[in-house]
Order: sequence, then C-alpha cells, then structure tokens
Amino acid sequence: MSDTIASIATSLGIGAISIIRVSGSDAIKIVNKIFKGKDLEKVESHTIHYGHIVYEGETIDEVLVSVMKAPKTYTMEDVVEINCHGGISSTNKVLEILFLSGCRSAEAGEFTKRAFLNGRIDLMQAEAVSDLINSETEKERKIAINGLEGNSSKLIKKLRQKLIDIISNIEVNIDYPEYEDIYEVTKNDLEKEIKEIKSSLENIIKESEDGKIIKDGIKTVIIGRPNVGKSSLLNRLLDSNKAIVTDIPGTTRDIVEGSILISGIKLNIIDTAGIRKTSDKVEQIGVSKSIEAMNTADLVLLLLNNNETLTKEDLELLKKVEDKNTIIVINKNDLEKKIDISNLDNPNIIYINTIKDNGIDSLKEKIKMMFNLEKFETSNYNYITNTRQLSKIKECLKVVHDIEKGLNDNLDLDILEIDLKNIWNTLGTIIGESYEEELLDELFSKFCVGK
Amino acid sequence: MEVDIIVVGGGHAGCEASLAAARLKHKTLLITGNIKNIADMPCNPSVGGPAKGILVREIDALGGEMGINTDKSHLQLKMLNTKKGPAVWALRAQADKITYPKEMLKTLQNQENLTIKEAIVDDLLVKNKKVYGVKLENGEEIKAKAVILTTGTYLKADILVGSSRTPGGPHGEKEAKNLSDNLKKLGLTIQRLKTGTPQRIKKSSIDYSVLEREDGDNVLRTFSYDTKPMYKIEDQVPCYLTYTNEETHKIIMDNLKKSSMYGGYVRGIGPRYCPSIEDKVVRFKDKERHQLFLEPESLYYDDIYLQGFSTSMPHDIQEKMVHSLKGLEHAEIVKYAYAIEYDAIDPLEMQPSLENKIIENLFTAGQINGTSGYEEAAAQGLMAGINASLKIQGKEALVLKRNEAYIGVLIDDLVTKGTKEPYRMLTSRAEYRLLLRHDNADIRLRKYGYEIGLIDDVRYQKFKDKLQDIEDLKNYLNENKVYPVEGELFEKLNTSPILDGLSLSELLKRPEVKINMLKELGKIPQKYSDEVLEQVEISIKYAGYIAKEEKEALKLKELESIKIPEDLDYEIIPNLASEGRQKLNQIKPITLGQASRISGVNPSDIAVLSVYLKRLNHE
Repeated sequence: MSDTIASIATSLGIGAISIIRVSGSDAIKIVNKIFKGKDLEKVESHTIHYGHIVYEGETIDEVLVSVMKAPKTYTMEDVVEINCHGGISSTNKVLEILFLSGCRSAEAGEFTKRAFLNGRIDLMQAEAVSDLINSETEKERKIAINGLEGNSSKLIKKLRQKLIDIISNIEVNIDYPEYEDIYEVTKNDLEKEIKEIKSSLENIIKESEDGKIIKDGIKTVIIGRPNVGKSSLLNRLLDSNKAIVTDIPGTTRDIVEGSILISGIKLNIIDTAGIRKTSDKVEQIGVSKSIEAMNTADLVLLLLNNNETLTKEDLELLKKVEDKNTIIVINKNDLEKKIDISNLDNPNIIYINTIKDNGIDSLKEKIKMMFNLEKFETSNYNYITNTRQLSKIKECLKVVHDIEKGLNDNLDLDILEIDLKNIWNTLGTIIGESYEEELLDELFSKFCVGK
Repeated sequence: MEVDIIVVGGGHAGCEASLAAARLKHKTLLITGNIKNIADMPCNPSVGGPAKGILVREIDALGGEMGINTDKSHLQLKMLNTKKGPAVWALRAQADKITYPKEMLKTLQNQENLTIKEAIVDDLLVKNKKVYGVKLENGEEIKAKAVILTTGTYLKADILVGSSRTPGGPHGEKEAKNLSDNLKKLGLTIQRLKTGTPQRIKKSSIDYSVLEREDGDNVLRTFSYDTKPMYKIEDQVPCYLTYTNEETHKIIMDNLKKSSMYGGYVRGIGPRYCPSIEDKVVRFKDKERHQLFLEPESLYYDDIYLQGFSTSMPHDIQEKMVHSLKGLEHAEIVKYAYAIEYDAIDPLEMQPSLENKIIENLFTAGQINGTSGYEEAAAQGLMAGINASLKIQGKEALVLKRNEAYIGVLIDDLVTKGTKEPYRMLTSRAEYRLLLRHDNADIRLRKYGYEIGLIDDVRYQKFKDKLQDIEDLKNYLNENKVYPVEGELFEKLNTSPILDGLSLSELLKRPEVKINMLKELGKIPQKYSDEVLEQVEISIKYAGYIAKEEKEALKLKELESIKIPEDLDYEIIPNLASEGRQKLNQIKPITLGQASRISGVNPSDIAVLSVYLKRLNHE
C-alpha cells in the first residue's frame, strides 16, 4: 500500500521544539525501532509517550512521541509525531535516522495530498492547506485557516443548496406535470433567484479580490512627469516605514521597488523606471512603459506639482488614469499654488511635501480608506484565494449571464435549467463534490408525488 | 426439447425479449405461468408519460413492439409538458387493459420462430458457471444457448393487505416459489422489494357529475414511427380528478398501525416515487389534500383505477377511506389495494449487456433487475433479447450510452449504481435531456435497429427519406432570405422588421417566429411533413443549448473511450481510497466513464485510476 513518509512539520529554526511527522503503513514500526521507552506497537491509539531516540547505541534526543492509528489521523494512515527537544541539529539527525530506517522524505504537501486522496478533506480544504503552508503574513494565514475549516466551502454549499432547491422544483414540474398542487416554477421566480445567485457570485469574486489583496498586496504605481518628485515620494514612503525591501519578482515582470505595510496589508510599490529613462525627451513622456504597469496596478499615484499649471503631459496622464483607482498627489504644497484642479472630478486628492515630509500620513490614510483596509483587521475572511477556484466561480458567473439572456429571449425553463445544473455542478467541482443521488433525494423528500 | 433462447415470463420485458430474439431468427421459447396474463397490466392502465414515453419511442426506434401495440389499444392519448420545451415533451396513453394484452398475444402467436409454453420454471441448468437451460416444476428440462429471466414480481411473491401476508402474485396467480432460492444457490445476491397498487372502483358507482374531467388531446398522434393513428379524437375516454380531504386524513391517521407498512409487517423496500397514501399523509402533514386520478381500465369491463390511493390498509379501513372522497361516497370497491413483496437480483451483478456476471449466457430484464414500470421492463426486455442474440452470434453487445438514449441511462444506472428501491425512469436521471428527446428517438437509434436486423429495409428507407428531407429543409432555410421590403410578413409574424436581408434560419431563431407560420405564409415548400418541420425547428431554435450538451457529452465520451481491463486488480493500485477500491472491485466498471459514476468513487480515485491505466498502456 502506501510507503511511509517523514518530514519536519514545524518551521525550521524557530521555537525550542520541532515536530517530525511520520505517516504510512510502517510509521509505528519504524519509529519503534529507534525509540527507547514503551513498545509503541503495543500502545493505544492517540497516546503520547516519553522516551529517547537511540541509534547504534547513541542517544540522539529526548523526545515525546504521539502515536495515532489509522483512520482517525490527519492522513487517515498510521501517523507518529516525534517532538524533538534538542534543537535543530538533533532534529535533523533524527530525521536522517528515520530515512535510514525505512522512511522516505515527504514531498512538499504530501501529507495533505494523502489526506485528500484518502478522502479526509475535500479539494478546497486541501488547497487551503497548501495556501497555509505558503502563507507569509498573519492575515494570509487567517484566510488560509478559514479556508481549511471550510468557511468558503460553507459559502459554496449554501449557494448549491439554493440552486438545488429551484432545480428540483423544475424537475418535479417536468416529471409530474399533472400535479396541480405542486408549485410550478415561473420565469419570474427564476429571474429573482438568478439575481440573488448572481450577486452572491459577484460578492465572492469581489471579496476574493480583497483576499487577493491580502495575499498579494496592493500593487501601486507612481506616475508623473519627470522632476515632479516621484523618487522623493517613493523614498518618503519607504523611509518612513523602514521599508521591507524585497527581491520577490512577484507575479508579473514588474520590479517591486519596495513594500510597506498599511494596516497589515502590503503596499507593493512598482518601479516605473521606464518613465525616468526616457525622461530626457519631454515630448515623449514614456507613457508606453508606464501604461503597462498601470494597467495591472491596483492603485495609481499620479504626482502633480502645486506651483505649476497643468501641462499637456499632465492632462494626458489624467486622462489615462480616468478609470483606474487613482490618488492625485500634489507635491510641493509649501510653494505658491498655481495648479488649477477645479475641473477634476476625482475626490482623491492629497497635498504633500516630499521635502518637508508632510502629507505622507494623510496619503496613507487615504489608501486605507480607499481599500477599506480596516475591515481586514476585524472581519472573518470568507474569500477564495485559490486561482483555480476563483476561475470556476467566474465560469459560473458567465453561465448566469447566459441565463439572463435566455430569460430575455423567452426560452423555456427546462432549457434554462441546463445552465442551472451546470452552475451547480461547477460549484460542486470547487469543493470536490459531484453529482450523485443528491438531486433525487431532494426531489422526493420535498415533493409529494407518485401514484 | 432444445431451443436457442428461453424467455421466462410473459410480461412486458418477456414479450419484447422473445419477439426480439425470434425476429433475429433464433428459435425462441417463451415460458409463462398463465398464457392469459401475457402482457398483462396489473397496475396502472397507462403507457408512457415523462421519460417513460421517451423510453417507448426508443423501443420503437430500435424495432420493439410496445409503441405499435399501444397505438392499437389505447383509450386516450395525450402529449404532456407541451407548455415546456421540446426536450421534456412526453406522450402518454391510457391503455385498454383488455385490448393491449390481446393485441400483444396475437403478435407473439404470429411471430415466426416463437413458441409459447405454460409452465413454472423452478431452476436453471448450469454447468461451469454457464447456463444451458431451465428445469420446470414437473421436472422437465429444456435446453437453450441462452436464458432470459423476466419474472416480474413473481419471485417468492407475497401479497400484503393490512396484517395479512399471502403468498401469490398479482390476480391471485401462483408465485414462483423456488427459482429465487435456486438463483441464490448459484451465487446471485437476492434482495427484497415492495410495490403497491390502488383500489379499482366500479364505474357505475361513481358520481362523475361532481368531478373534474380530463380529456385526451384533440390532435391525432402515434407512439410508433411506423403506424398511422387508429382512433378518433371524439372516441377517447376521459379521466377524472378527485382529492383527499380532512376526513380521509383522519381515517388514515386513526388507523395507521393497521397498515402493513406502519404496522411493521413489510420487509421489502418500496419506491419513494410511489408512496402509499398513508405515507403521503404522514410525511406531508401540512398538505390539506392530495390529488387522485380516476383512470378507465377498459372498454370491456367496469373498473376504474384510483391513481394516488395505493395503500396497505385492511379492507374495512379502505372502504371508509374511499367513501370519504368526493364523488366516491357510494363507490363500490371491485378490487382492494394491496402491496406486493418480491425477490429481485442485485443489478450490480449484471453487465451493461444485461448478461449476468456470475453465470454466463444468463440475461435478466424488468422487475427482477429492481426496476418498476411497464416501459422500463420493456426497454430492458428488448435489450436482453438483442444482446442474448448477439451473444449467440458471437458478436459484441449493444450498449447504449447515456447521451444516446434513456435506455442507456436506465441500464447504466442499474449496473453502476445498483438500486435499493424499485427504479423508475425520471427525466431528472438523464444529464443530457435536450439530446434525448421524444421527437428524435429515431435519429438517435434507428441505425442500431437496422444494423442488428430488427428494422427492415422498408422502415429504414422511410427513415432515411426523413433524414434527407431534414437536410434539404435546413439548406433551404439557410439559402433563402427575407428582405426589408416584405414589411407585411414581419407584421404577420409579429416580429420586428429588419434593415438587411436575413436568412430564414436566422429569422426562425427569433423566439416569436414559428416554423408553422413560415409554412402557412408560403415561405417554405409545402411538401415537408410535420415531423420534419419539428425536427428542423428544434435544431435551429435550440442550437446553442444543444451544442452545450453535446460539448458536455463529448467529455463523457472521452472517459467512456478509456477501457478498463476486465481482470484489473484494484488492490495493487496505490492511493485509491478504501471505499473507492472496494466499490471498483465489486462493480468492475468496463470504462473509466462508468467508474466515475459509481457512488463512493470520488474524483481523486478517478484521477489515480486514469494515471494508472495510462501507465499500464505505456508498458
């Protein structure tokens, strides 16, 4: 059957105790070979035992060993966990001995994979675990944990229940057309339902995009004419926060100049070097490169100068950012005001001074408000952060649009129900549930039909 | 005595099985307990309805008899669900319970290669796990190359009324006492099922003046693709409607413990879709009334079938219950309702060809496989007759796919999921409903009927002509346009005018434009039949959704195309979940598609299995 795998389950180098997890059909036998203490093959399941790891006569570490027998374990296989006390080097040594005694090194995520394959957790939970392993900040971890506990599964399940309610009613209308006392679903009902389903889906997507912000941070681009003070703003933002300078290339080709934390959310500031490089030529603002960065940005900071009138280039930039999440930052607020912004209908205008270092805090306040960052500190995170899952939700939304169109074209309900079933199935694949007897159970438990 | 194929049982499965076998030129013997009960309808007097009606059309497309026989013998015909889309239209007939069996018997008796014998079969003749004949109650042995069991509810049947349990089949017929025990001895798993039937009421004792009347359609129709209507619209016999009331419910609740069900006298598992009236009253407490249908059984006797009132209450309570109904205050009960318990095999022990996995050359069809309903039985009977014949000829079995036929859904469900209650065909069981329509059963299946030899050249040519007409008309609609100058046309069609030329098929895509209107307005040639018009209209109007379902079906096809070796050892495949492993071992699916539909086999098992099979093929 399954071979036995082992790896260190706690993060390396942190904390006094490290845990080695061993899983597989020989887990207990193998650990027992190197454990001096009770005979682990004879102990009850889910018990902890004190003893030593001894190899070739040498005592390696003083340990507590938990023995958990299948199937009530994380992987649903026999699992042994060794709590090592001797620091990282002796933990590594114990692991090495396990490998010598018949264990194989676990691949990344392999415990979770086994838990999934053995049917203990659904696909969504499995994916959440892998997110948890890879989570960086405290907030990411919270989302990951919520996913694991099935909060997002719950959300999807609720939506599927809604769908199956209307699907089973339509089906009963088809299979038992002459039962006049069974409610006949109308197009109006479907219209109403579909409105609600649509807004739920849109909400999940919206909230998931918030979740993405927590996970990936806010991608921020600073643009403006040359010499307007972009570098100074960048430095002020980074300086004032003891910037976390990272070399993470991120998901795009952008170079992240640096990141700061606002309310626990990462603000990743993207270098729009292109603008600087071509800045010799005033007539070419080097828009093309910055556009690329802008298009994928969550936030654009457009920097203008307080004591100059708006130039043609400024106006062009203002036009470019019209439909972006933009804050207009007006620098050099200590100088005489020559800029005329009375025609701008952007409410997000902040005056700062990069030299005297004022206004930076109000800029950060503004960002906090725009992204509603405070809610992340208190709310439960129900969002879907996994790309595969999110794309499935978006697929469902597309089908919702088909239904709306079909309703418009006056298509029959039993035809539109094909789309409803499609959504129901797609949502099912997100949480790894597929069609079984669910529909029929629903049908016969809710409707009184038959001869 | 020696024949090619023996069919045991003369119900709807047995009739189709023996006709198919004989028509495929095999010497066939139909053994029945009582020749008078051939093609008998012991329960409701109707054929068809949602999903079931489409089964009948499929039987007809393949060359079976049920559609033709219904056309010869019904009292009323109605297309259901016409207010909904074409995918769920379904024809239903009120059959005459005297004429239907009479006509079927005539067909059987006139069939070449087919002999009918009255006897009870006691045992199978089996050697080396292969059946070679049957043994009768009197000890006589009859040899055959294949045996088809279509025993209906007769295996160890018990009739239940209140607390009484009497061995026997419907109509006081003798049950088959020993066959199921002998099947068990041969290694088959036997399960116990239950079904029931309501009272029959004397027609003249019903006060129809206070009841709602339900008439047949005022359009002539047929079940079969090959018959012409044999009835007059005005000669159809109506059905009537009545309802239970507070008093009925009180009688039931007061006497609940006296029913076989609630008194604990029933062992078999009954169907959810056929609840007894006491079940309905108990489970749906807040319903003030339940609908009941009064259906005529025959022109030749006086019984009315009280649909919706099946019960296992004792006779005196049944009297009170019936008399509490509006219009039935003075009704005379001709036959009391009863429940019947019977033995069935476990359909999981069957191959998709309906051949038994344990005993070779043994086929089963109908209620013995755990289904319910005349149409479900007939469909399996036909497939068993076809596949037993193909087996004898050394040919590959005909297995219809889920996207090809309700018959495919039915059999796949049985052999993949099994059933713990009598299985009834429902549209909701089919995932490709829009492809499996009433109107296109011939387009889906006639080719198979022809290839096998159940559809002759004349019938096939007629079908091919229809296909040609459909093609021609589609082309015509694509090539011919309407123009803005024809303003009046758009007014007549009640649709918005156009700015540019528009092909007729584009015009037809508009929801408000119907193909019949185009015909009436002379926009298409008059020569095309209604069937052809319907086919073309559906294929144009629903093109988008048909394409969607075909795309889904294609995914299924990929999974179905991956065959699983019969001798695959699931024990050695790593990472299969234990429940999945056990189920796979039990059912031994023949394709990855079938494996994916087994309950308890989850998507990750399929992923694991798929990888394993790929590796296996590489080695």
